[in-house]
Amino acid sequence: MDKWSKHDLLDLQTLSAEEIEHVLETAKSFKEVSSREVKKVPALRGKTIVSLFFEPSTRTRGSFELAAKRLSADTINMSGSGSSLSKGETIVDMAKNIEAMNVDLIIVRHSVAGVPHKLAENLNASVVNAGDGCRSHPTQALLDMFTIKDKLGEIKGKKVVIVGDILHSRVARSNIVGLTKLGAEVTVCGPSTLIPIGIEQMGVKVSYDIDAVIPDQDVIMLLRLQKERQEEHYLSSIREYAKTFGFNANRLKMAKKDVLVMHPGPTNRGVELSGEVADGARSVILDQVTNGVAVRMAVLYLTLGTKDVSKEE
Amino acid sequence: MPRKIMDSESIKRALTRISHEILEKNKGIGEICIVGIRTRGAFLAERISQLIEQIEGEKVPVGILDITLYRDDLTLASSQPVVHETLIKFDISGKKLILVDDVLYTGRTIRAALDAITDFGRPAQIQLAVLIDRGHRELPIRADYVGKNIPTAANESVRVILQEADEAADEVIVKKVGANG
Repeated sequence: MDKWSKHDLLDLQTLSAEEIEHVLETAKSFKEVSSREVKKVPALRGKTIVSLFFEPSTRTRGSFELAAKRLSADTINMSGSGSSLSKGETIVDMAKNIEAMNVDLIIVRHSVAGVPHKLAENLNASVVNAGDGCRSHPTQALLDMFTIKDKLGEIKGKKVVIVGDILHSRVARSNIVGLTKLGAEVTVCGPSTLIPIGIEQMGVKVSYDIDAVIPDQDVIMLLRLQKERQEEHYLSSIREYAKTFGFNANRLKMAKKDVLVMHPGPTNRGVELSGEVADGARSVILDQVTNGVAVRMAVLYLTLGTKDVSKEE
Repeated sequence: MPRKIMDSESIKRALTRISHEILEKNKGIGEICIVGIRTRGAFLAERISQLIEQIEGEKVPVGILDITLYRDDLTLASSQPVVHETLIKFDISGKKLILVDDVLYTGRTIRAALDAITDFGRPAQIQLAVLIDRGHRELPIRADYVGKNIPTAANESVRVILQEADEAADEVIVKKVGANG
């Protein structure tokens, strides 16, 4: 039995714990490639990868592009804005046209949940989800898990709290799915307006009091608080949020000595995370970014090596 | 019927001879470094380095090379082979690099290894040491140090068993492909 058989990476729901472990294990080898003087291997030579982003992104997009280039694939970027979509073309048609140029893999980000799945159903090329709506962001969760495993040795039994706007966060959803599959104890914490009702069904604990949960956590994962949430009346004010849930030096003192402070970026300094802690010794935010390239190399390498058996006659 | 070609004693003697030959050819330990190809080449590289240390009383740097990402048959496989880490924690530029593998067959693994090494630096020389040379080369590649030459048929396989990798006593076995045992 092969350790990996997926032609696409759409979410972590469809991966087994073993498959997640296999991605993390493969990423370890790719991390070494990025540390070389010559940061390039010929593994995907001759493959063409298109990244199709309908939402702004610098980190994820750059990370995917570097990952593809370090594997010797050819890459191009297409952005949704100013594309043929504004002329009335459907997204499936647009993707099929791109595929018709003999593209092997499409990386897609879209504000509507399910778009990557829709494309995967209609394309022979591999599809990798780089974030769809509030649903999932599998490579972010994989790189978070890689970072935790790298720093703490294992994920099983570790206590992780995800703090912030859980309701709108695809990063939180993918991390919950992945971390619980690998046996972590996950708690979500935030204002009640930003915690979805019934989230416990995903196998997590809920807390509305960050100070009560901090002391026994191994990992504190802060989410970006979007300023628009105040205008949408989820919050009375950003300042109040920063006071009630913002992670700062005082709260760090309450945490375990070897706690990991994580953030998927971009950070709102002084809102969900103080600058002092973000730049401090317990922060692994930049490790997450470094590991992101390795994890995405692993995902591209694995998905591109698998034939799409479902579509073969 | 599987044929036993070497046992642990003859493997040990072959590696000892190779270690002496490496030192003789390179006139001592000088600028030598040793890099083994995963999985069994890496263990053999470690053994050769220990033998050289016993002879010369000095350590030589040892590294491990994973050639998966440099294979020329990646697009042919139905799923990707498992990638392992490459561990070369020293500068190979200007060194005499001894590349070590267990079996030399088509030469394609060595071709991939040469490409990989080039990405790490520019050694002054690359020499090749193998435990078994079984013939049937598909590329213009030859070994500088050979433990044992074994004439084989294309439908036979050569299996090197090493304690470190297989948790069994060292031996080299030749058998028909597809036959049991």
